[in-house]
Amino acid sequence: MQTFTYYPGCTLRTKAKDLDAYARASAEALGIGLIEPENWQCCGGAYTSATNEPATKLSAVRTLMAAKETEGLVTVCSACHNVIKQTNYDISRNEAMAVKVQRYLGLDEAYTGETKVYHYLELLRDVVGFDNLKAKVVNPLKGKKIAAYYGCLLLRPSKALAMDDPENPSIMEDFIKAIGGTPVIYAQRNECCGGYITLEDKAQAVKRSSAVMESAESMGADMIITACPLCLYNLKKNSGGSLPVYYFTELLAEALGLKEVSNE
Amino acid sequence: MNKNEKDWIDITSGVNVRKCMRCGKCSATCPSYDEMEYHPHQFVYMVEKGDIEPLLNSVSLYKCLTCFACVERCPRGVEPAKVIEAVRLTAVRKQGNNHLLPDQIPDMLDDDLPQQAIVTAFRKYTK
Repeated sequence: MQTFTYYPGCTLRTKAKDLDAYARASAEALGIGLIEPENWQCCGGAYTSATNEPATKLSAVRTLMAAKETEGLVTVCSACHNVIKQTNYDISRNEAMAVKVQRYLGLDEAYTGETKVYHYLELLRDVVGFDNLKAKVVNPLKGKKIAAYYGCLLLRPSKALAMDDPENPSIMEDFIKAIGGTPVIYAQRNECCGGYITLEDKAQAVKRSSAVMESAESMGADMIITACPLCLYNLKKNSGGSLPVYYFTELLAEALGLKEVSNE
Repeated sequence: MNKNEKDWIDITSGVNVRKCMRCGKCSATCPSYDEMEYHPHQFVYMVEKGDIEPLLNSVSLYKCLTCFACVERCPRGVEPAKVIEAVRLTAVRKQGNNHLLPDQIPDMLDDDLPQQAIVTAFRKYTK
């Protein structure tokens, strides 16, 4: 069994338990070991791109270092994935930052980006393989038209995240095909839902998430899937739309027979 | 104009604003365009000119969603969101300049709001 370090992040322990629980159960069924490091800290939610602020990078570096002994670091939440991958990318190219972080953390040697980071979708594509996943599906989502919502944080900036084509991605659509569904392509699939602006400017979050929802509806989707708790929140609470919104791990577990079939 | 402030923003962002060719694609693709007083292309241009003060006091600093659309789509690799971030940090890192205070949070919560929204807002808006 291949073993990876698994970083859930703050929200998967609280409001997004489904995203977490079905990710763990599905990994086990697919023969992937996930080990949660002790005493992990919140990633911060947003990456601070400043070249001269080591403090905002420390949590991500601690997490990256915790994964050194395994085959890589797996994240599920889009925000954790974004913060940790951007930290990993920048620290491998900014020696002064790496040295400052080394001093803050009291490390014997500087961490310079050695850990390989996988989003859970990348784990499915690159380690498990979508063909192997397809072979393990016992409950295919036949006839379901599913709109994959990438949002902003899964793909951008692409030079750091290196996950997929940032303007014409296919990883979630290929995932949908592997679990037996029919992917729906729509214009707003990689545009922002409004994110954290919902806290102090609800109207803007409503505007953004409505645009995403209407775009998916107009292309005939039955449902939307996401990897991000904040996207799920905005699409459910702020979009005013009618489509159900699920975490991609819920459909994965359903397809693998690990979850009761939802009858929406 | 405060030369030190411009230099600090250039160092913090790591962006060479002089690479901009004024095509405006960053602002055209910005999901917060309508909410902003100064738009992404103006951040780049005004920082180049050293016209920092209006940006430091603008509501636009808190409208950027950090969605990286402008970073991804800039044909010159200017990365405008990093410029906006550097100006925002210059503003909120000053004493007494936090944009969001913990006391304000309880009124903003509802039962479904993910923690992610709160930690992200604090990272963007406060020291």
